[in-house]
Amino acid sequence: MNKWEDNRAWFLVLPVFLVVAFSAILPLMTVVNYSIQDIFGPGERVFVGLEWFREVLADVRLHEALMRQFLFSALVLLIEIPLGIGIALLMPKKGWGASLSLVLMALPLLIPWNVIGTIWIVFTRPDIGLLGSLINGMGIPFDHTASPIQAWITLMLMEVWHWTPLVVLLAYAGLRAIPEAYFQAAKIDGASAWAVFRYIQLPKMRGVLTIAILLRFMDSFLIYAEPFVLTGGGPGNTTTFLSIYLVKIAVGQFDLGPAAAFSLIYFLIVLLLSWLFYQVLQNVGRGEA
Amino acid sequence: MISIKTENFHKRGDMMKIKKRSIALIFYFVLLMLPIYWMLNMSLRTNADILTTFSLYPEDITFANYIKIFTDSSWYSGYINSIIYVSMNTIISLLTALPAAYAFSRYRFVGDSQMFFWLLTNRMAPAAVFLLPFFQLYSTFGLIDTHIAVALAHCLFNVPLAVWILEGFMSGIPREIDETAYIDGYSFAGFFITVFMPLIRAGVGVTAFFCFMFSWVELLFARTLTTTVAKPIAATMTRTVSATGLDWGLLSAAGILTIVPGALVIWFVRNHMAKGFAMGRV
Repeated sequence: MNKWEDNRAWFLVLPVFLVVAFSAILPLMTVVNYSIQDIFGPGERVFVGLEWFREVLADVRLHEALMRQFLFSALVLLIEIPLGIGIALLMPKKGWGASLSLVLMALPLLIPWNVIGTIWIVFTRPDIGLLGSLINGMGIPFDHTASPIQAWITLMLMEVWHWTPLVVLLAYAGLRAIPEAYFQAAKIDGASAWAVFRYIQLPKMRGVLTIAILLRFMDSFLIYAEPFVLTGGGPGNTTTFLSIYLVKIAVGQFDLGPAAAFSLIYFLIVLLLSWLFYQVLQNVGRGEA
Repeated sequence: MISIKTENFHKRGDMMKIKKRSIALIFYFVLLMLPIYWMLNMSLRTNADILTTFSLYPEDITFANYIKIFTDSSWYSGYINSIIYVSMNTIISLLTALPAAYAFSRYRFVGDSQMFFWLLTNRMAPAAVFLLPFFQLYSTFGLIDTHIAVALAHCLFNVPLAVWILEGFMSGIPREIDETAYIDGYSFAGFFITVFMPLIRAGVGVTAFFCFMFSWVELLFARTLTTTVAKPIAATMTRTVSATGLDWGLLSAAGILTIVPGALVIWFVRNHMAKGFAMGRV
């Protein structure tokens, strides 16, 4: 679609710009400010240049947290996106079944994130929790506070349970927007279910899947409350993700300078990867849709 | 005869397929509801009961946890505060995002795609270190412990999302509609409110749900910017930790109640979830 060319459109964007800039610009500048100074107390600060950035980039524990973070986000995307699309394909198209599915689907998304972690603590407890006692009952000793592997599995279960519905809701909305004529044409051509999915449904879902993939990537890469409440980053440091480590430095050790430098590097990683995803998703399968 | 038979066979094959699909779907929903069922189960039991016995269902149902929440003002005011700032945030996000999304879907202008991506970058910063400057900024304006402070802070991640979703819906509406309306003598505002808005109702509903949801579950900003008067429910719930440990029953009851407002919102927009979305930018 050719768009009208008119710079007065800026006036329509202005309210959004003002409301976002109010909260975005000053805090960002303040954090940049922290990152190049050593702060002892109010009014006592020394310019240190890139010192904190060098220190943070050389931090081995940060490298480990970063690797964990990459693994976590990769698993999240690899599990939740295909699963979400699959469930959306199974959901009824109309009637009470569709309404009920949509409402049930939204429920996990509506629970505050700290509460999610707390509920999963009980849910996975071997003595009084359903999941924990179920796994124990199958003869597998289950204790996610002692075994790193079990801690990861528990976290992934919680994460997939919590966020796959978001992918489902978006994918479902995308599927419902495809005109019925496409499916009739495919039926006349005798297309297989796979062909319908591959050449009609998937390309038509490109828009919503871009939103879903980017949102899931950003939010999983920045995840804090749920794993912090459930595992506290343990056992040991095996589930200490970037945000948890960042809070340890910022609040635990009150090293504002390094923590700010860390935040900026963190922000740039998310920014760069999101931009890459965005570019790739904008261009992939352009011709098919 | 044979052809009828094969037809029947086909039908039965289709039926089998549908059955298989519903079984898979029901299986998923059962798994999805298990943690929520467990929360409901715990909310109807006393804390001592929860901690001592494993039980698949509440044997002695008690509503004491719910009664406490509905009668203790430090509890129910948390819900009221959350609903106030979440509604404010949803309204601000929609009102500002509607014209912006229209601009992105209809016009090309200097820096449009840069602006679009910059908006998204505001969802990408780790919150922890930004909380302190946020607190300083909002205290400079005397906004600490007000509902509007949380509503504004949440605009940071909700406005970009609202623009993104609305833009998709708007791009699905052919531009000829705008052109015809302008030829018919509508002003921009007149066209937008009387012609265009009814066409994208669905998108507005869906966007409202997503804004509501993300603002409702956010805790870090909400907790940092409030102390007592505007304290959100999620922060109140962390209070159930005491010397004797967590009060699981009370916490679960509060958790069940946090689901209700959002469930109502999605009930109202459920029929619109379907439309729009797939077109447009992205």
